[in-house]
Amino acid sequence: MSAIFRSGFIATIFAVFFIASAGAVFVEKQLEDPAQEIRAREISEGIRCLVCQNQSIMDSNADLARDLRQIVRERILAGDSDAQVKNFLVVRYGDWVLLDPPFKLRTAILWLGPLVIFLLGGIAVIMFVRGRGNADDVETVPLTAEEEANFKHILPDDNNELPK
Amino acid sequence: MRLRFLAPVLTFSAIAVIMWYALFNLDPSEIPSELLSKPVPEFSLSGVPGYGPDLASTDLKTGKVTLLNVFASWCVACLAEHPLFMELKKQGKVDIYGLNYKDKPDAAAKWLKRNGNPYVKTGMDEKGRVGIDFGVYGVPETFVIGPDGKILDKIIGPVSQDIYEQRIEPLLEENNS
Repeated sequence: MSAIFRSGFIATIFAVFFIASAGAVFVEKQLEDPAQEIRAREISEGIRCLVCQNQSIMDSNADLARDLRQIVRERILAGDSDAQVKNFLVVRYGDWVLLDPPFKLRTAILWLGPLVIFLLGGIAVIMFVRGRGNADDVETVPLTAEEEANFKHILPDDNNELPK
Repeated sequence: MRLRFLAPVLTFSAIAVIMWYALFNLDPSEIPSELLSKPVPEFSLSGVPGYGPDLASTDLKTGKVTLLNVFASWCVACLAEHPLFMELKKQGKVDIYGLNYKDKPDAAAKWLKRNGNPYVKTGMDEKGRVGIDFGVYGVPETFVIGPDGKILDKIIGPVSQDIYEQRIEPLLEENNS
């Protein structure tokens, strides 16, 4: 009886957690205009939380992330465009605050690095494969009469042709 | 071409050297300040009760190199650097201003009473907005501010004697002589 009760209890707790995590928006003052609130969330999803570093401020419950979410909302209320909101944060925290960094001279290595490594790897593979092809150039030595006899002896009768 | 077998070994060694360097010399949690060589952001804050006059951005254009230390009573690492600041104040080497970040006035005053007050002036940034204008993302942070009120350097984390000697003292000597 108590076992049934306990498993029911645990299931209830899990259900509560599941429901809570399904709509993981932090409880805080949201913008009255739903369209603006959606914009704020979309921008926030692209802003890096500087404390947890690989989470967006939308996913982080750090104090600073909460402040930054609030700032994004304030900037939108003040009539900023998406780019202006992002720029407001970039001026203070640098490009690093954007989870999707812009392509500039400073970030070129970040964007082009993988391509360069891929090309170098491709070249290395091509050179390796070509180099291995050279093994065919080695002179082949014909079998001696004795070896040939042995060979024919081993092979079944209906297939006693030597490979060329 | 007899040494070709060394290629994988050399490749591995090169990667190992780079990673070794990165492991001990690069800190991914240190984000370079965007504000270097820019003037301090505009702000005006009231002081921690009982601890010095209010602090505004204009107070930081002093004609000499000063420090702006971001601190809080809830910040454990601040305790590590505090004795150094007390010592600097005692020796009169540099004026230190305190930006009290996201703290309660009472708690900040109590903290300064217990640990000593190395600051010439303090400003209470209760909401953390001035901190954000400064690009603060953790406490403690310390800004080295030039004679013209421009930010010369930013030290993330507690200032140690070594950091003081390597990064702050040269700037003091360079600009105050």
